Amino acid sequence: MSKTIIRVENIGKQYRLGNVGTGSLMSDINRWWHMARGKEDPYLSVGDENDRLAKSGSNLVWALKDINFEIKEGEVLGIIGNNGAGKSTILKILSRVVGPTVGSIKVKGRIASLLEVGTGFHPDLTGRENIYLNGAILGMSKREIKSNFDAIIDFAGIDRYIDTPVKRYSSGMYVRLAFAVAAHLDPDILIVDEVLSVGDADFQAKCLGKMKDATVQGRTVIFVSHSMAAVKQLCNRAILLKNGTIAVDGPVLDGIGAYLNVAKPIADNGIIPENVSSYTNGDAKFKYIDVKNLKGDSVNILHYNQPFILNVELEVKRDIDNAIIDFSLGSYESRYSYTSTFDNDKKNISLKKGVYKISVQLNPNLLPGEYGFYLAVHDMDGTGHTLDLVERIKFIKIIPTTEDNSPRYPLNISLGTMRTDGEWKINKTL
Amino acid sequence: MDLTTEKWDLEIKPQDKWYHQDFASVWRYRELLFILVRRDFVAQYKQTILGPLWLIIQPVVTTLIYSVIFGYVARIGTDEIPRLLFYLSGLTLWAYFTDCISKNSSTFLANSSIFGKVYFPRLIVPLSILVSNMIKLVIQMLLFLSVWLYYLITTNTVFPHYLYILFFPVLVLMMAGLGFSIGILISSLTTKYRDLTFLVGFGIQLLMYVTPIVYPMSALPERFRLIVFLNPVSSIIEAFKFMFLGTGTWNWWALGYSFLFLVVLTFFSLILFKRVEKTFMDTI
Repeated sequence: MSKTIIRVENIGKQYRLGNVGTGSLMSDINRWWHMARGKEDPYLSVGDENDRLAKSGSNLVWALKDINFEIKEGEVLGIIGNNGAGKSTILKILSRVVGPTVGSIKVKGRIASLLEVGTGFHPDLTGRENIYLNGAILGMSKREIKSNFDAIIDFAGIDRYIDTPVKRYSSGMYVRLAFAVAAHLDPDILIVDEVLSVGDADFQAKCLGKMKDATVQGRTVIFVSHSMAAVKQLCNRAILLKNGTIAVDGPVLDGIGAYLNVAKPIADNGIIPENVSSYTNGDAKFKYIDVKNLKGDSVNILHYNQPFILNVELEVKRDIDNAIIDFSLGSYESRYSYTSTFDNDKKNISLKKGVYKISVQLNPNLLPGEYGFYLAVHDMDGTGHTLDLVERIKFIKIIPTTEDNSPRYPLNISLGTMRTDGEWKINKTL
Repeated sequence: MDLTTEKWDLEIKPQDKWYHQDFASVWRYRELLFILVRRDFVAQYKQTILGPLWLIIQPVVTTLIYSVIFGYVARIGTDEIPRLLFYLSGLTLWAYFTDCISKNSSTFLANSSIFGKVYFPRLIVPLSILVSNMIKLVIQMLLFLSVWLYYLITTNTVFPHYLYILFFPVLVLMMAGLGFSIGILISSLTTKYRDLTFLVGFGIQLLMYVTPIVYPMSALPERFRLIVFLNPVSSIIEAFKFMFLGTGTWNWWALGYSFLFLVVLTFFSLILFKRVEKTFMDTI
């Protein structure tokens, strides 16, 4: 068993809402007076969970509360959650940029945090000077920077401009140089915020590759991202934060699955709640979803290559002459993996006011993994617009055996999301 | 495994013990200190024609103006010292002191974008300011010494106490200490209450008038001298003039008071700075 190198105990972070300054002198004095008499801070016992939608009397909120976890050496932990769930706050506390309000974190080894690329870059200094400056700020020694200097310039690809002030750089060159310095950090523990979402796709891929290298070398990485694809690719464990508390802590797929459910409440009993549409204009509404196998049993788990029947109920609130209905499936990596459209012999269908039961047998040949359903109905009159769209409303899991249990496809999901048959020809030529 | 004996390299807590100062990590980051000094110096004179020559121009022009205003117009005495030398001698250390205060007093506000993204011992920044101002001081001291030598050789007005010049480094360190601790005290307080930012420029100006810069101590009536000596900078300026010009006073009591003031102030400002560096990102 590898050793624990970070232990987070009861971490909480309290913030004051509204203006800092007005009225804070009085509460500072009050707090100081309590402390001076050896009493507890009177403001620690109050404060609400960080639910931004809820109204409340207190102007103190807990951005993080009762956070406990441990990280073992070599683990790659993804921290995920909605905006405002506390992801960045926990990273900032781990990076020692802000202090916690309560609790403690114990760490073994050297931490380097990358909450931003190019921290401390000075526009008037040259690329060369900024490499030393930025490296030193990130905690590298002069010797380390010197020995990595050529590699850094190489990675950034700015050899010609190294003695030009960085304010003359294009923004792309600037970011590349900044990341190149960060990429050559060599800490025991690397903390990375969503910084990687800057730059073009090439650059992002390069960054992810560099981080993957770090994890392969057995480095401990803590990674925050909204990109489930990146989290899934890099991490082996995920912590899902919700309103400042840990909702899920487990294998990365569990975390991601839970996150996507958190994003939209799933129709467990098949009934689709009123307010979950990603988009609706009120003219139509999906009411019910159910997945059955060919024997007629409701299922959530299917074998690879097993056909299933999707039953959907749609309420139509006005007559629609020219409608299209499509049902899609999406995996974590891509928004959509597969779509089936009801187009009634190349013509759009006309729907009258009322409730429709739709049933479709599908065999999308999806590779093993977890997929969510997307249901949409559009009105194609004029320019065409969406009447109702519900996303990831129900999940199915595809497992890697065929229905007759012959393990013909122990397929890995990284090959994509779907497999189709083709007309193969193989000839031996020599 | 016994949890209590497990060894951790770092513990992140809401606040450390009030007296705890992590000087070891400041030492570990010493390279950063010198890189910051270099940055300040290089960046300041990029795209200027005169470059570091500005370090000379500033005191020269100020000295000339003081000579005209306080010397010819207000007719304040200079203890028989040539006016240029007298004002320059007062201004050299004073400029170091005030530069340290005004730069240090914005430590947190000016660096919040860096401090908000990466950790390093925050004390590195005010310390780097002390050092980069020290470079300026060296250049301005060279200016002062050449003017001083000129008058020493060509006129019979300057009678230095040569042995006391050995104490000069101590005076510089005391000035550095005062500039440092007053500066970080202000910067710590301004993270929450911005009022003090208004006071810095204004306060330094006022402080100059209770420091024997533009007038000699001897020009003051006896009853005001004690008030001026309550300002811990006064005895240092006086001692400086005593060693180089031969006027002024060398008062061990006043110097002792300044030293004590320095120690107590440094102690408190370090404690406050330490507290603030953990929380300021939330209040700035």
